[in-house]
Amino acid sequence: MTGGSRACWRVGAGMAAAPGVTERYFTRWYKPDVKGNLCEDHCILQHSNRICVITLAEAHPLLQNGKTIKNINYQISANCSRLQNKVSGKSKRGAQFLTELAPLCRISCSDGEEYTIYSCIRGRLMEVNENILDNPTILQEKVRILLTLSLFLIFIPVLYHGLIF
Amino acid sequence: MFALTEKNRSIAQLLLNTGTCPRCVFRFCCVGLQASYRHPYKDLLRELHEFLEYNKEKEDKFCCEIADPPCKRIRLENMGEGAEDLNQNGALQQTPVADDVNVAMENSTPKVCNVCLGILQEFCEIDFVQKVCQKVNSAEYQFTSFVFSVSLPPQLSVREHAAWLLVKEEMGKQGLSLAKEDVVQLKETYKWIIHPLFSEELGVPADGKSLFEVSVVFAHPETDEDCHFLATVCPDCFKPAKNKQSVFTRMAIIKALDKIKEEDFRKHFPCSPSSPKNICAALEIQCTNGAIFVAGRYNKYSRNLPQTPWIIDGERKLESSVEELISEHLMTAFKADSFNFSSSGREDVDVRTLGRGRPFAIELVNPHRIHFTAMEMKELQQKINNSSDKIKVRDLQLVTREAIGHMKEGEEEKTKTYSALIWTDKAIQKEDIALLDDMKELKIDQKTPLRVLHRRPLAVRSRVIHTMKSEYIDDHHFRLHLKTQAGTYIKEFVHGDFGRTKPNIGFLLKRTADILELDVESVDVDWPPTLND
Repeated sequence: MTGGSRACWRVGAGMAAAPGVTERYFTRWYKPDVKGNLCEDHCILQHSNRICVITLAEAHPLLQNGKTIKNINYQISANCSRLQNKVSGKSKRGAQFLTELAPLCRISCSDGEEYTIYSCIRGRLMEVNENILDNPTILQEKVRILLTLSLFLIFIPVLYHGLIF
Repeated sequence: MFALTEKNRSIAQLLLNTGTCPRCVFRFCCVGLQASYRHPYKDLLRELHEFLEYNKEKEDKFCCEIADPPCKRIRLENMGEGAEDLNQNGALQQTPVADDVNVAMENSTPKVCNVCLGILQEFCEIDFVQKVCQKVNSAEYQFTSFVFSVSLPPQLSVREHAAWLLVKEEMGKQGLSLAKEDVVQLKETYKWIIHPLFSEELGVPADGKSLFEVSVVFAHPETDEDCHFLATVCPDCFKPAKNKQSVFTRMAIIKALDKIKEEDFRKHFPCSPSSPKNICAALEIQCTNGAIFVAGRYNKYSRNLPQTPWIIDGERKLESSVEELISEHLMTAFKADSFNFSSSGREDVDVRTLGRGRPFAIELVNPHRIHFTAMEMKELQQKINNSSDKIKVRDLQLVTREAIGHMKEGEEEKTKTYSALIWTDKAIQKEDIALLDDMKELKIDQKTPLRVLHRRPLAVRSRVIHTMKSEYIDDHHFRLHLKTQAGTYIKEFVHGDFGRTKPNIGFLLKRTADILELDVESVDVDWPPTLND
């Protein structure tokens, strides 16, 4: 996949995040300008056990001042709702398979803008954050602090190297 | 008083003629007196011949019509030697009987018994017993009793079956029946004979419940193929299994022998089994001691020590482990082959275990040394404690296998108390955290934490935080003491795990919280019993 003008870089521990235990386990990866959309940067948190949490990066429009989220929709097509994803067992059978450009959810704002969040990595969808459905503002709060982040979806990456774009 | 009586005569003669040893003859004549079998082999052989000769003589004397022609022929041959001793009635006198017996023994004594393949012959001799005991003693085990287990070649069942059919037929002629169960078992007989011999040599009694096992495996490759015909007649009894070398296991053969019809058996296998050239061989002589269990409680003072060895792709990630630090010394002291470590729950690498510590039990496999006094156990405990400052053990003691159950019960049912050092993003005052102290029996729902999600199924667990006690430190830090239900993930309760544990400390304080340090203060299990140090 040909990237945008900004390269993807990896950020280790640090940033203005909480000290302690959790920082130790996660590595941050960035995918800027997803699907060619300027500034729609995604941030992937990769745990040492290879489970990934997809989140929004600070530059993303949704996290800018003045944006109010009106609705979050996990129904991405007529046949597919991310809410229907059900995994079972230790090997997480039944998970929806995701490619880099698979949409995860669609977010609409009060100003009429719509944004799609993408997977960015190849993997199997384990879980979506249902808390944000009731309370979309959590997505925008606490953005710089690890642990109680914005939108997240969790994967077990199938092709690990997909993170390096 | 000789074990056999008149009614056994024809069977005994028949079996002896076909090459069966005296002890097996006794078995098929249902001799149940253990002492009968323990007489020396040579004596039994001689007595048996005397018995048969004497009775034959009697019947000849009284012109009994049931005399067996072949036997009479043998007798007449022998008579040739003692012919000059015949009195006028044609009856033999006493003395020549001995000569007859000796000759008869020479003529019809089988080298190797066709039924037991030598097990009830040579392997009942003191030489064999001494050979085994030599091996036992050189292995340097500590034991106060023994159990002797023997593994017989499966083809013995086939020969036993054949001999039984033969005897059954013969008895049928006399209007008598013989059930297979009535025949005295070979293994049982062997143990009757061998146990006292071993006991004498080892100096300890035989005990079925003993933990010290001496085992011998016998094999007879010469006759291994004896049982192959069963596979063609009863193919469904012989299914190849991955683990077993041969499909002809003892169980399978016994099953087939139960099923097979007499005619079919007789078609494939001679009903007086052939005499083998060689005796059985004692393939393996092994001793093992039953496992010993050592229990105690451990403290962990390091924040860099895993409970069990941490190895990924053959590479050790962190040096040592709680398990190894404790087991190392026990393995040496008990001279065991290996160990199995289990505990009442566990803690992360970076978590300390304080207070009275966490109960654990170690199974020591095949220990050579088993006797330890309470004093010696205390010394062993001291040794372990002196060897490392990362861990400490207490209440070290020998326990039984049942003890493990206590421990697992503790893991699932008993409460634990913890002390956590917590950081908050927004400043706090004493009043802000006081509300935690008032919460009793707080119910929380925890989704499988991210950090273990790769090896556990995704699920939601309900748990209870029984009590909490906060200790203010400064405007971003406080210490929290909690008492929780078994199986609660404390770290996730503090930081919330992306909102996947609800409620969590951050949520309760309306802030973002993180855990900096965690200690286990107590594991509330009453076991193992506390020892007074």
